[in-house]
Amino acid sequence: MSKYTEDDLREELKTKEYEYGFYTDIESDTFPNGLNEDIVRAISKKKEEPQWMTDWRLEAFRIWKDMEEPEWANVHYKKPDFQAIAYYSAPASIDPNKTLDDVDPDLLAMYKKLGISIDEQKKMNNVAMDIVVDSVSVATTFKKTLGEKGIIFMSISEAIKEHPELVKKYIGTVVPTKDNFYAALNSAVFSDGSFCYIPKGVRCPMELSTYFRINQGGTGQFERTLLIADEDSYVSYLEGCTAPSRDENQLHAAVVELIALDGAEIKYSTVQNWYPGNAEGKGGVFNFVTKRGICEKNAKISWTQVETGSAVTWKYPSCILKGDNSVGEFYSIAVTNNFQQADTGTKMVHLGKNTKSTIISKGISAGKSQNSYRGLVQINSRAENARNFSQCDSLLMGNECGAHTFPYIEAKNKSAKIEHEATTSKIGEDQIFYCNQRGIDTEKAIALIVNGFSKEVLNKLPMEFAVEAQKLLEISLEGSVG
Amino acid sequence: MLKINDLHASIEDKSILKGINLEVKAGEVHAIMGPNGSGKSTLASVIAGKEDYEVTKGNITLNNEDIDELAAEERAHKGIFLSFQYPVEIPGVSVTNFIKTAINETRKAKGLEDMPAKEMLKLIREKSELLEIDRKFLSRSLNEGFSGGEKKRNEIFQMAMLEPKLAILDETDSGLDIDALRIVANGVNKLKSKDNAVVVITHYQRLLDHIVPDFVHVLYNGRIVKSGGKELAHELEEKGYDWIKEEVNA
Repeated sequence: MSKYTEDDLREELKTKEYEYGFYTDIESDTFPNGLNEDIVRAISKKKEEPQWMTDWRLEAFRIWKDMEEPEWANVHYKKPDFQAIAYYSAPASIDPNKTLDDVDPDLLAMYKKLGISIDEQKKMNNVAMDIVVDSVSVATTFKKTLGEKGIIFMSISEAIKEHPELVKKYIGTVVPTKDNFYAALNSAVFSDGSFCYIPKGVRCPMELSTYFRINQGGTGQFERTLLIADEDSYVSYLEGCTAPSRDENQLHAAVVELIALDGAEIKYSTVQNWYPGNAEGKGGVFNFVTKRGICEKNAKISWTQVETGSAVTWKYPSCILKGDNSVGEFYSIAVTNNFQQADTGTKMVHLGKNTKSTIISKGISAGKSQNSYRGLVQINSRAENARNFSQCDSLLMGNECGAHTFPYIEAKNKSAKIEHEATTSKIGEDQIFYCNQRGIDTEKAIALIVNGFSKEVLNKLPMEFAVEAQKLLEISLEGSVG
Repeated sequence: MLKINDLHASIEDKSILKGINLEVKAGEVHAIMGPNGSGKSTLASVIAGKEDYEVTKGNITLNNEDIDELAAEERAHKGIFLSFQYPVEIPGVSVTNFIKTAINETRKAKGLEDMPAKEMLKLIREKSELLEIDRKFLSRSLNEGFSGGEKKRNEIFQMAMLEPKLAILDETDSGLDIDALRIVANGVNKLKSKDNAVVVITHYQRLLDHIVPDFVHVLYNGRIVKSGGKELAHELEEKGYDWIKEEVNA
């Protein structure tokens, strides 16, 4: 490894770009606005996809054309004009003349608070990176270890070419193209995303994070993730970044599909911090995501999410507990401030016998924001001895925000045991004064109280993520109490 | 150390304190007694800097510095500690985490680095032993599900950790059984020195058997109407407050 030099890495990055086919005519890669079959075909062609993939996209497009944008969520926004969006843009290129001085100082100040390294800052803003030997070795060690275990971890575009049998077998099996408006749209036009396969009996030795996939900076507008954990395997997957992402794209419609085969376990952790719009409610990302996993016999899927960004969030990471004795978990912290709106929760669909699900949702609302929990617990008639425990807690700050809980329970089997607890509390002036009296200023006091409130969920995050997430909560709520 | 001059304070235009004068010197223990509604807890809150109260006249100085304009946390940084009559719950925040934050925020205000973890643990061990606090107790959520006695013991534990210059104990004896009272009083006595001062606010004389005051003041209708030595507390215990009210109203 000591022989691996900076030059080698530079060379690797160069050839990598060439492999992707983006190298030569990046600048001319701009599709006209709007969406029709020709655009879908063009996207597929651009990505050099096989015919079956093109057909799959076209099928999805035809379904989408006849669908209506859903209106049942407790969010209000001006619907995007889907014909005014460009559906293909090449990944942002690194500008050799750009330095960190060109980056928004507010953003830099936030990075500093979050303790994000200079290299990461550059990476996130498409600033050319100084190549640090340290990060080189991390990346290569990472690749080597995964390779030895037979773990496949690459972009979905690569996977379509290199492992078509796996992609073809599983894509759209958990979130069918016709599932919903945004899922259909994503299926037709998805730009890129991650693919991961863990072979039978393999325990992935590290947290898989897109961060380590060199050359895969921006996630794109229509991200597609497919993660397959074969029998008795285990993987912990980290998505997102605590750093604020100031994406130019207003609409984000991602799809994530998880497949946990017999005895497998998937832990999927997300930190979402897209641009939430300014303090007056202008701008910000619309985040309409479909995330779902299927559990076969004795399998387990655990979703953990910390949602602090986006102007509008519409997101319900769900579990289909198909196999007997399978387990689904959902741990969520959703923070809304200023004019943010979030409608988020989960669906736990119990099909197998002795299936268990746990839902812990913590909603924190400040400013003039609206924060809704929406969850479905469905017990099928054949799901003997199904168990669910749900706990939804809301914390309010100030008098102008709202917290809402919409729990739906459908039990078709008499042996089901379902528990639901919900609380709503407000950060009290007495609590603040108590902290103040102990020398803790109001800002810090709120952070302390919010962290305490969110603790059950924060504890579920991988260690280094948890520390960052804690800081993120603090920053998201800064200035929310006058 | 603490000087209160002609202090008037009100809440929502209701006048509560109507001209308090009090001087507490380093090394002294003062007891403030009085019937319900006389303004004892208000006085404690105003000294600690609770914003709900408006100081309409007079001032408070700590070591000759006027503290009227200081926020509650700044007063805390200067060494004022209030043991609350009703300590609040903060779910999910452990006793250890809370006190660690309090200490480090205070250090930060003084331009010091965070206390090293090892030193912190040592201090926690030392002070929890002093107050006969079980180690398991320290990892529980602050005041959540605590008994009355546990809450008060926790207040004094925090006082021990923060080592304030001026400690105000607001009805610390209420809700304590006799054993807890002894433990709390012992703790306070051990923390007492010639450099700090304690103001004990209480209804009853029983706490004063354990924490012996140098001075006793009777607060009635927003004013200190009588001051004396520790024997005044005994007199009040025997005769109640009616004779004071009569004296004042006469």
